[in-house]
This record gives sequence, C-alpha cells and structure tokens, in this order.
Amino acid sequence: MTETTTISKGSDWGYAPAPESTDHIRLKDRYGLFIGGKFTPPASGKYFKTINPANEKVLAEVAEAGEKDVDRAVQAARKAYDKVWRKMSGRERGKYVYRIARIIQERSRELAVVESLDGGKPIRESRDIDIPLSAAHFFYHAGWADKLSYAFPGKRVSPVGVAGQIIPWNFPLLMVAWKVAPALACGNTVVLKPAETTPLTALLFAEICQEAGLPDGVFNLVTGAGATGAALVKHPHLDKVAFTGSTEVGKTIQKALSGRGTKLTLELGGKAAHIIFEDATIDQAVEGIVNGIFFNQGHVCCAGSRLFVQESVEEEVIAKLKARMETLIVGDPLDKNTDIGAINSRAQCDRINDYLRIGVEEGAELFQTHCAVPSKGFWVRPSFFTKVAQSHRIVQEEIFGPVLAIQTFRTLNEALEKANNTPYGLSGGVWTDKGSKIFKVTRGIRAGVIWANTFNKFDPTSPFGGYKESGYGREGGRHGLQSYVELA
Amino acid sequence: MTPGYFNGTAASFRTQLHPVDEVGIKERAARLATRSIKKSSKIEGLKLALSMIDLTTLEGADTPGRVRQLCAKALHLHSTRPELPLVAAVCVYPTMVRIAREALKDTPVKIAAVATAFPSGMNPLEVKLEDTRYAVGEGADEIDMVISRGDFLRGDYGRVADEIARVKQACGRAHLKVILETGELGTLDRVRLASDIAMEAGGDFIKTSTGKIQPAATPEVVLVMLQAIHDFHRKTGKKIGMKPAGGIANSKQALHLLVMVREVLGPDWLTPDLFRIGASRLPNDILMQLEKERTGVYQGGDYFSND
Repeated sequence: MTETTTISKGSDWGYAPAPESTDHIRLKDRYGLFIGGKFTPPASGKYFKTINPANEKVLAEVAEAGEKDVDRAVQAARKAYDKVWRKMSGRERGKYVYRIARIIQERSRELAVVESLDGGKPIRESRDIDIPLSAAHFFYHAGWADKLSYAFPGKRVSPVGVAGQIIPWNFPLLMVAWKVAPALACGNTVVLKPAETTPLTALLFAEICQEAGLPDGVFNLVTGAGATGAALVKHPHLDKVAFTGSTEVGKTIQKALSGRGTKLTLELGGKAAHIIFEDATIDQAVEGIVNGIFFNQGHVCCAGSRLFVQESVEEEVIAKLKARMETLIVGDPLDKNTDIGAINSRAQCDRINDYLRIGVEEGAELFQTHCAVPSKGFWVRPSFFTKVAQSHRIVQEEIFGPVLAIQTFRTLNEALEKANNTPYGLSGGVWTDKGSKIFKVTRGIRAGVIWANTFNKFDPTSPFGGYKESGYGREGGRHGLQSYVELA
Repeated sequence: MTPGYFNGTAASFRTQLHPVDEVGIKERAARLATRSIKKSSKIEGLKLALSMIDLTTLEGADTPGRVRQLCAKALHLHSTRPELPLVAAVCVYPTMVRIAREALKDTPVKIAAVATAFPSGMNPLEVKLEDTRYAVGEGADEIDMVISRGDFLRGDYGRVADEIARVKQACGRAHLKVILETGELGTLDRVRLASDIAMEAGGDFIKTSTGKIQPAATPEVVLVMLQAIHDFHRKTGKKIGMKPAGGIANSKQALHLLVMVREVLGPDWLTPDLFRIGASRLPNDILMQLEKERTGVYQGGDYFSND
C-alpha cells in the first residue's frame, strides 16, 4: 500500500526574477510627427506623454497632431502616391517591403522591449508573437507586390490611392503591419495614426522606413488621440480608411464617411464563444481557454470571452481552470517568466473593474486568482464569472480584459444558439475530439474566424475579420489584398 | 491463483478514455521550456534535481566493482561540495542489489531494482513475480517493473492491470514504479491510458522508460503522465509519483522537468518521495553547472568523476 503519511513536504522552489535587459534601448525624450520622410514638430507645438503602464513612469513625449498636421500628412502621401509609388513596378515596391521586414527582424529585440514598456504586455508575447508576426506580415505581403494579377486572375489590378489608417493599442506594431504591409504592397500610400497610449513602436517603425530608404511620403505617421483620428477620417482626400478598434468609434467613422466614395474596412469588437464539448481533450482545452482569454491581458478583440462548457464536464473544467490560473504569473512585463502583464491604461483598468463590479451586482459568481500584484501600475488578476446568463452585461458587452464569463450547455444546438446570440461575430472556438462535430459547429457559428482545438492562432496567410457589429472587410491572406486594390 | 484483479474491467478503461491532443501537448511543453531559471533559482533547482536522481547502471556488463563505484558516487558526488544533497537512490539489476545493499548500509540512499524480466518483460507472470520477490529479498527498497507492452498494444488492458496488481503484491513493503516504455506505445493517447491503468492497478510511481528504447522521456510524454497523475489525485486523493528516465543528461532538461512538475502538479510533488529522475550522466552535468555558478567558469569533464 502507498504509505502516503511518509511523503515529505514538497520544495517551495520557484523562479527568481528574470528581467529582460533594457540597456540597449535608446528612446528619445520627444518624438515629432513623421511626414514626408522626416520627423517634424506639430503645428500646435503640443506634446503628450506616453507612460509605462507597469509603473506609471513617463517614457517619452509625443507630438499631438492637429488638423493642419493631418492635412500636411495627407498631402505628402498624395504627392508620393502620384509622383513615385503608383508608378513604381510591383517588383520594386516589393523590395522595399522586404527590406522593412528584414529590418524588423534585425531590430526585433529592441522592438519587443519597447512594445512591452509602452503597452504592458509580457515580453514573452512581444518577443515570441507580436514582433515575429509583424515581420511575417511584411514578408508575406512583399511577396504579393509583383504577383497581384495572379491574386485576381482576369482582372486589371491597380492601387486605391491614399489610405488613412487608425489602429488600436492592444497589438501596436502588429496592427501597423496588418495595415501598412498590404497597403504598400498593393501600391497605396499611407497616413497612419497609432493609439495615444502606445505610439512608440509605430515611431520606431517610422525610423525603420527611413532606414529602408522608403521614398518620402509613402508612409506618414500622425500621433494623437481621438481628435487626431477624427481629423484624419474627415480629410476629404483619402481614398480609403481602415480602422481597428471599438465598435462605438467604428460606427462614428462609418457615419462620417457616408455619402463619400472613400472605401472603408472596420475591424471592431468581439465577444467570442468558446465551446468545450465533453469529448474534448480537457487538459488541452483548459490551455486553450487560458490562451483564449488571458493572452495579452484579454486585450484581444477575438478573445474567447464567453465560455460554454458541456454540463457533464463542467466541474472538471472549472477545477482544472482554477488550478491552471493559479499558476499564471502576473507582474513585470519585462520579466521573461511573466504570463500576464499590465493593463494598458488607467482608463481601461477602471473599465474592467467596473465590469467586475457589474458582474457581481448582476448576481454572477466571481473567481479571481490569488497572486500578488505590484503596487504601482495597472493590474487585474485573472478572473472568471460562473452563474451567468445570456442577459447579463458581462456576457453581452466586450470587456477587453482578463475576465471570462462561463455558462454551461446540454446539447450542441443549444451551444450554437447561445454562441450566435450576440451582436458580435468576430471569432469563435470549439473543442472536441470528434471531427464531424468540429465541422458542424464551425459551420453553425457566424463568425469570421473559428478555431478548432486551438485558439488565438494568427498567420498572415489567413484572412481575419468579422460579421455584424464586429465590422467588415478582411485583413491577411488573398482576401486582405482586396481592400487595397481597384479591380477592373 | 488469485482471481484477476482487473479481469472484466477493461471496458471501464475504454469508457474513461482521456484523449490527448498531441499539438496542444507539444505547445504546452514548449511553453514550459521557456521559463527562465537563473541565479539562485538555478542553483536551488539543480540541488533539488540532484536529490531526486536514481543513479542508474543497467548494463549486461555490470560488475560488482562497477556497482560499488556507483554507490560510492552516490555518497560522494563531489569532494569539495559536502553541502550538496545525496541522490535519492541507485538503480541496478536484481543480482546487484546485495552488493549495493552492503555499499549503502546505514545511508539514506535507497536501492531500486529493475524486475519483471526487464527491459522487455517477455516472460511468464510467475517468472516476473519470482524476479520481483528475489530482488525484494536481496534488499531492494523499490522495484521498477515493466508493463507487458504486447498485452497492452493488443488491447488486453485487464491482463496488464492484473499483472501490475500481482507484482505490487509481490513487492510487499517495497515501492513499485511501473515502467510504461512509452517509446513502444506509439501515441500519447496510449501513454495516457497506460498511466491510468498503472495507477489504478496499484503502482506507487509511473515511469516513462527503460532507457533501452528511444524515444524515452520526451517532454510531451512527461507532461501527459503528469496530467494523468493530477487527474488520479483529483479523483482518489492519492498522490502517485513520477519518474522520467532515458536520455536525461543535462541540467537544462532537469530544470525543465522540475518546471513541469511544479506547474502541473504543484510544489507538493517537488520531493524525492514523489519525483525521481532516472539518469547516469546527469549528476556530472549538474555538478559542472553548480561549479560554474560558484566559480564563474566551466571546468573540464576530467574534474568530475566518471563512475
């Protein structure tokens, strides 16, 4: 018989801090706007501070672009488009895009550290996911530059013109890549506005464009908050607007562009259903749940934020999920062992905490892990709610944080019905060991991306985008090119 | 003959199958390998790993002299580092148990013997039981048995379970480690099933490999077995031990194993009572790393005894 009484106590062995070095990072005190190939001060002379959300220290000052600056940037892009970029052969354009991809790889360590400093995401993610994927998007689209006629057989392919692009703070450089790589490869010029809380890697990207010798004005960068974005969208000489961000702002943009010929793509919010069947590989499904909702602190539009567990495995899944969540290391984003970093901003942190309060008030049961969090900076412990209903706000609204809402289901049809009962339709996930069930579910969920037995996998060759209030248009793959070309 | 302990219950194993997703397991194992173990954490981790080693010699050419040398190594890892822990056990063939017993008399180092027609297990049950009884009689504290892979792969799970239960009986007070020989099982689903059977049938430890077959203790296999132990504990409250063996030769692998145990089973399992590493070359690599941490430079292999 096992003599369990004689088992000695386990060791409390753990991991010492393993911070990534920042010695090689040289940030400027102040960054201007990048217009016509040069960094220039804003007309207003106004600057705003960007901080490290993990300790609230100021990292740099960044120019606030007004209407005049935006106009200058659009004009620069127009000039570059007419004089240089639209006339250049695809093969030549491709060379520049390849060059950008290679410089991103060369400077990957620097970019990863700055991404984690400015945005709060763990260095493991910026190092292993954000930066390599950004480079991959440029490589992928560089390949298309001289092969566009093969992407659209029988059509004459030409660029759209000047694109105004507005990107969010959750994947700062990766969103630059998603937007800029196809635009440039297809022969368009760009005015880009990064989010006000995470402008630094976009500014480093402007440096990379200089280093790559990209012709002046092909890529322009205007930093600022919502007003800058509004000025960009309002500008009458844009041929195309691409936006990734909240559904609320997306709707405003769509209204602003109504009655104009400007092309528009929107990649907006989500509230993905993540369905676990009783015949799933439970341990891997739990990994998938964790990856689905806690990846990037849950600041992911396609996060698996609504979990549906078949009732027969509910107890097992929740017990294992709790145990797994307790092993998540929350803290210094620059520590190589950190799993969950800082919430991107105070505003977002407040918003998430509001939802935690709302969930409890609605009668749901909250579980949070017991890890310690730093005293400075913005943090939310990994959390989930049980005893939730479809009518709860924490189920209906996008929280954009590490907060999961768990419901159970009995039959496949019930799972599908609940999964589709949402204004969003960006992503979804299903776990089952049975192939036929995978097909049934993936066909039954109305969402742009559905993962089977995995979650949050991204690849430049795969189109990404939503249905309903999650927006329209696709990014990545051959479908993604379509938003940046005119076909005749 | 004792009636088959598990006869007729093979069907229940089938209905309780825990499927394993190979892609997911590989990802998780790779992710756990990215934990950065530096400085104090590295030193403490390596010492902990040392205390969990089953120092092993399992060659046809083993001699009493060689076994005595191995035992000497177990008791004197490094003459200038008396503060280092002793290894957990030495692992030898049954005929060498008596030699090891003499050499390790009055020390905390345990003696493990492989039995049940190790490494192939291709003998009748009675011979395997006699093999086990002999090793225990010679003074073995622990028995490392092999499962009958032929029976298992044929789907005769009841027979496999029954055999384990009978060997466990033959062990008496000795602890039983059940070697699955994962390199012959072919899929992670089967590794999981064999783990479940071995635990249900009374094994105190489950062990990956004999060391005679490749692949052996791959991170994926270890992870699947740890998850099986986790589930068994959740269901029964019993803590089963884990022993990866085969091809674990360097410190980095050892630390990776500790990370897996810590994050899958929790700190309760970070004790030689519940986690062992079967190895022969590993101690010297750990010593080399520890000396490097102490002095800042790597020393040549000749400064560490090869036994």
